[in-house]
Amino acid sequence: MAKIIVVTSGKGGVGKTTTSASFAMGLAMRGFSSVVVDFDIGLRNLDLIMGCERRVVYDFVNVIRGEATLNQALIRDKHVKNLYVLPASQTRDKDALTIEGVTKVMEELSKTHEYIVCDSPAGIEHGAQMAMYFADHAIVVTNPEVSSVRDSDRMLGLLSSKTKRAEEGREPISEHLLLTRYSPKRVNSGDMLSISDVNEILSIPLLGVIPESQAVLRASNSGDPVILDQESDAGQAYLDAVSRFLGEQVPHRFTEEKTHWLKRIFNFKEKETV
Amino acid sequence: MSLPNQISKILSYFRGPRKTAKVAKERLQIIIAHERGEKNQVDYLALLQKDLLDVISKYVEINQEDVKIELARQDGCSILELNVTLPNLAEKLKKQAETA
Repeated sequence: MAKIIVVTSGKGGVGKTTTSASFAMGLAMRGFSSVVVDFDIGLRNLDLIMGCERRVVYDFVNVIRGEATLNQALIRDKHVKNLYVLPASQTRDKDALTIEGVTKVMEELSKTHEYIVCDSPAGIEHGAQMAMYFADHAIVVTNPEVSSVRDSDRMLGLLSSKTKRAEEGREPISEHLLLTRYSPKRVNSGDMLSISDVNEILSIPLLGVIPESQAVLRASNSGDPVILDQESDAGQAYLDAVSRFLGEQVPHRFTEEKTHWLKRIFNFKEKETV
Repeated sequence: MSLPNQISKILSYFRGPRKTAKVAKERLQIIIAHERGEKNQVDYLALLQKDLLDVISKYVEINQEDVKIELARQDGCSILELNVTLPNLAEKLKKQAETA
């Protein structure tokens, strides 16, 4: 049985697809057979981020409607072994994702893969609910910014009520906070919510902090998920997050501003209280 | 820049971060606490209003806007306020007398 991970946020543009792509790739790099599924019917973008947009022939909806087999629709990733992409349909509407259809696809994927990463669309509509419905784990992607934090809280409410686990009264989905576009410099200047601020409000375990990074745009430009850019801070932060997800103890990096030693002394007292 | 401004700027440097992030956190804590509390309540008020309207309509002619329901929360205690405006009875009796 595969473990199903939903990458969700409520708000758009916070880094769900970037995270789905890097996370699935990170799991595959660690030797786990993984598949990443785009649930954003009508607005597919995972294929671009994964760099396989020109190899899409059949999609998720084709499989649900029986117009193609799952194996025909799955795209083998060209960067790493053990990784497949199931693209969303670009044309049909999101109601094409029936619960029976998605159940069948999930069951079939479960047989051949260890991890299924579900890239949720923004919002709380049908597509987002389908993406989270089967999940065992939820990665809640949040920017340190008011609207994103509020939407994340809303998603946490849905995760605990509108999912298969919740309906069947099983052990709840395990929730992980991934703070993205984090800028320690702005936190220090008092203009950005800190890790502990967000943690205090959402109170779910912190999986990782991805710093605001130029590498993310470069990665999407070229279609190579940022986790492959292991020189970059964001790439390394995703590697760390994957390791933590697999149960390893890894200290958080890129969460402190690189400061002058004199300034560090002056700020010492504040840092202690964080 | 005036001297008091300069001083406050220097002071704020030593006081450390105390800017918009703090405001953001406070606003979020308030709105999220409010929304979490609302989650369990919001749905049934409209249904309750409809049921009450149905019951009252069995006895008196009444319009939907004559039944008002409000839920107020005060220090851990919720108050359900029900406000029903009954049609003017005197007027009704007069009408009945006229038709008789």
